[in-house]
Amino acid sequence: MLGYAFRRLLGAIPTLFIIVTLTFFMMRLAPGGPFDSERRLPPEVEANVMAAYNLDKPLVAQYGDYLVKLAQGDLGPSFKNKDFTVAQLIGAGLPVSLTLGLAAMTLALLVGSLLGTWAALRQNRWQDYSVMTVAMVGVTIPSFVTAPILTLIFGVYGIRLFGIEFTLPVSGWGGGALPNLVLPVITLSLLQIAVVARLTRGSMVEVLRSNYVRTARAKGVPEHRIVLRHALRAASLPLVSYAGPATAGILTGSLIVEQIFGLPGIGRYFVMAALDRDYTMVMGVIIVYATLVIVLNFVADMLYAILDPRVRLT
Amino acid sequence: MSKLLEITDLDIRFDTPDGEVYAVKNISLAIGAGECLGVVGESGSGKSQLFLGAFGLLAANGSATGSVRFRGEEILGASAKRLNAIRGGAVTMIFQDPLTALTPHMTVGRQITEALVTHRKVGRAEAIARATEMLDYVRIPEAARRMKQYPHELSGGMRQRVMIAIATITGPDLIIADEPTTALDVTVQAQILEILRTLKEEKQTALALVSHDMGVIAGMADQVQVMRRGEIVESGPVDEIFYTPQADYTRMLLAAVPRLDRAGDLPPTSSETLLQVNDLTVTFPIKGALFQKPRELRAVDGVSFDLKKGETLGIVGESGSGKSTLARAVLKLLPAGLAGEGGRIVWMGRDLGEAGKAELRQLRSDFQIVFQDPLASLDPRMPVGQSIAEPLQALEPHLSREKVRARVRAMMDRVDLDPAWINRYPHELSGGQNQRVGIARAMILSPRMVVCDEAVSALDVSIQAEIVALIGELQKETGLSLLFISHDLAVVRRLCHRVMVLYLGRVVELAGGESLYRKPRHPYTRALLSAVLTPDPKAERARTRTLLTGDTPSPLDPKAQLRFLKSKLADESYRPRLVEEAPGHFVAEHDAIS
Repeated sequence: MLGYAFRRLLGAIPTLFIIVTLTFFMMRLAPGGPFDSERRLPPEVEANVMAAYNLDKPLVAQYGDYLVKLAQGDLGPSFKNKDFTVAQLIGAGLPVSLTLGLAAMTLALLVGSLLGTWAALRQNRWQDYSVMTVAMVGVTIPSFVTAPILTLIFGVYGIRLFGIEFTLPVSGWGGGALPNLVLPVITLSLLQIAVVARLTRGSMVEVLRSNYVRTARAKGVPEHRIVLRHALRAASLPLVSYAGPATAGILTGSLIVEQIFGLPGIGRYFVMAALDRDYTMVMGVIIVYATLVIVLNFVADMLYAILDPRVRLT
Repeated sequence: MSKLLEITDLDIRFDTPDGEVYAVKNISLAIGAGECLGVVGESGSGKSQLFLGAFGLLAANGSATGSVRFRGEEILGASAKRLNAIRGGAVTMIFQDPLTALTPHMTVGRQITEALVTHRKVGRAEAIARATEMLDYVRIPEAARRMKQYPHELSGGMRQRVMIAIATITGPDLIIADEPTTALDVTVQAQILEILRTLKEEKQTALALVSHDMGVIAGMADQVQVMRRGEIVESGPVDEIFYTPQADYTRMLLAAVPRLDRAGDLPPTSSETLLQVNDLTVTFPIKGALFQKPRELRAVDGVSFDLKKGETLGIVGESGSGKSTLARAVLKLLPAGLAGEGGRIVWMGRDLGEAGKAELRQLRSDFQIVFQDPLASLDPRMPVGQSIAEPLQALEPHLSREKVRARVRAMMDRVDLDPAWINRYPHELSGGQNQRVGIARAMILSPRMVVCDEAVSALDVSIQAEIVALIGELQKETGLSLLFISHDLAVVRRLCHRVMVLYLGRVVELAGGESLYRKPRHPYTRALLSAVLTPDPKAERARTRTLLTGDTPSPLDPKAQLRFLKSKLADESYRPRLVEEAPGHFVAEHDAIS
């Protein structure tokens, strides 16, 4: 297992290298450059700017420079947000996105697997049908619809519980204060809860039909212990495969939620940097994303081996 | 006197999209304390559902009505709590296929102690001690270490012993054993049955033995029920059922059981040699841990034989003996680059090792194969007619569509398939019909040789007998040669001129059918033959068995080959040689049989 982990990490290096290379050249193939959108500069000024950012050198030389700097951990300056380096910008945004994404994913896995298991245990009864209908609806409603609705209910009108008026902040990070997190996390997790519930129900139904669950029943083991001890672990395997890449996506791809709730995460950089041809910023974000995907997939594979003793990692 | 278990007028129905289906119709039976009831029937007879239904273990769409009394108490429709108190405690179950019937992520030890702790007030330490004792009782060596292992780390036979340990540890009054030895090797089957027999005799445990195998029932049961399509066809004491059966179906079942003492009527063979295999070796690399040299698994280790025109050579061995690998190697069907091959295969004078890809492809019209699992080896999305036609289209592309269609129809007719089914899909056919499709596909090119790789193993005995008869007829008509691979010595007996016994990739005995079955010379062959069950209760009860103890050793163990030649153990690389002890009767060297 240790040898396997070691080899996987070694294998990540060429993967990252290929991603960096492909991104670098593909981006340069796209027409336009970082300074095109602004007012047209006098040619000599433009030449100066290009020289300042080394954009006048041949592409291969620029690529070489980038690799050398990258190897030293330097992601370079941002072309658009002048006075900031890419590392600074990501360093400021990443904790926000990570908090948001991890909280949403944890919530989704907890609530989703509970709902899914419950539906599986009440298979083809009204409980099952209602959970699955709600989940189906949940999958179809995009976050730019849920977010304003939640904002209206909890932010604008407020709700009354035990005679006390509750309102939740609908915008801003507030240094990561819990009330500020509630609405964006719920918005982000609703879709995931729906997906996780459907996945869990499906695999749980299958496991509950398996021969070994029948054996456990024949042993006289009570139903709740059958679910916890014999079924849950096997039923969670498809979830592990799903949760790895999904977490990577939710950590970095929450642009809409970040925009609506005015949160300083890195989701917006993803879109904005590409549109602005902020070359270094795009590279930085891609590297972060690729690393997350690789790490989370690795974690998922390790979890798989821990959950299922038949899987041997060699 | 009140019986232990009394089932009266039991109906079991399943709610399916096609309407209600009865699995069990109006069945009544009773089992007394310490008694063994054998329930015998073919697939779809409802014999398994009967007991699952009686103890509330049906799938969600199933329902049971009638009456089930355990020690006089009505338990059909009892609360889950009441049922749980009985299941696993006073009534326990052993299922077929112990790999899927044990929870894969729990250690064997925990699965055994769970049964005990659920039903008896015992502490953890005592439970573990009792479970270890139990593993010892079912003859699992190194019980303490096995407790911490997972099911997939054990062999099939050991897994089934674990199932028995789970079913025995609470000291039940009744054990329901549902096909407990199906899919196990004969020698392992004999060991498992021995354990069940001891349980019955030592602990006075009543046994409901559900099986498709008349041989298993014959040796164990006091009373027998024969089931067919959800109903009881015949029931009575074991001797009456076996020696004076009343129902036609029972008689047919008994007649269909292949027997060691009955050779079939075999066509003559020619002296012309079709296939020559010389010192064939197949190795597979086994990946080791990090920085470890990959090891070699010798699946086939220096096998030589020849096959005459019109001859049937039986290849017999247990799981892991290399018989399927041998078949694939002979047909050049092993994945290139994955397996290492050595030795020579000569087909009608042509060395196949030297033949190029194109030549080999042409030669394939001469040798075909029929696989074990008929459903899995047919393309599920291809109509059966298309599957049969494919070899023809591939190797005789000049044929017109009409001609292909006519040949397919004629072939289907020959293997007793209705030619109108040409556009049906495999899932619409039964197992036996699918195997006929497999045979038709192999026969359509009029090959000179067909390899049958466990071609009848997955079929019910009555279907098995039909397919064996069909293969025999086809051979008589066409003068075909057959390599008939099976783990079942009795089936081989019916069809084969000569028989080769494989053990861990090596030939231990090769002889004519008569000679091998009447006078087996190698201890392994003797053990195999002695483990075969016959549908003859008196003979079964009287028989003392030569039991091999323990499991087949790992083929990776260099000493494994010397299991029957312990006197040469000093030199681990020594391989027993084949010696011709009588004309045409080759036996591997072995220590004298005591």
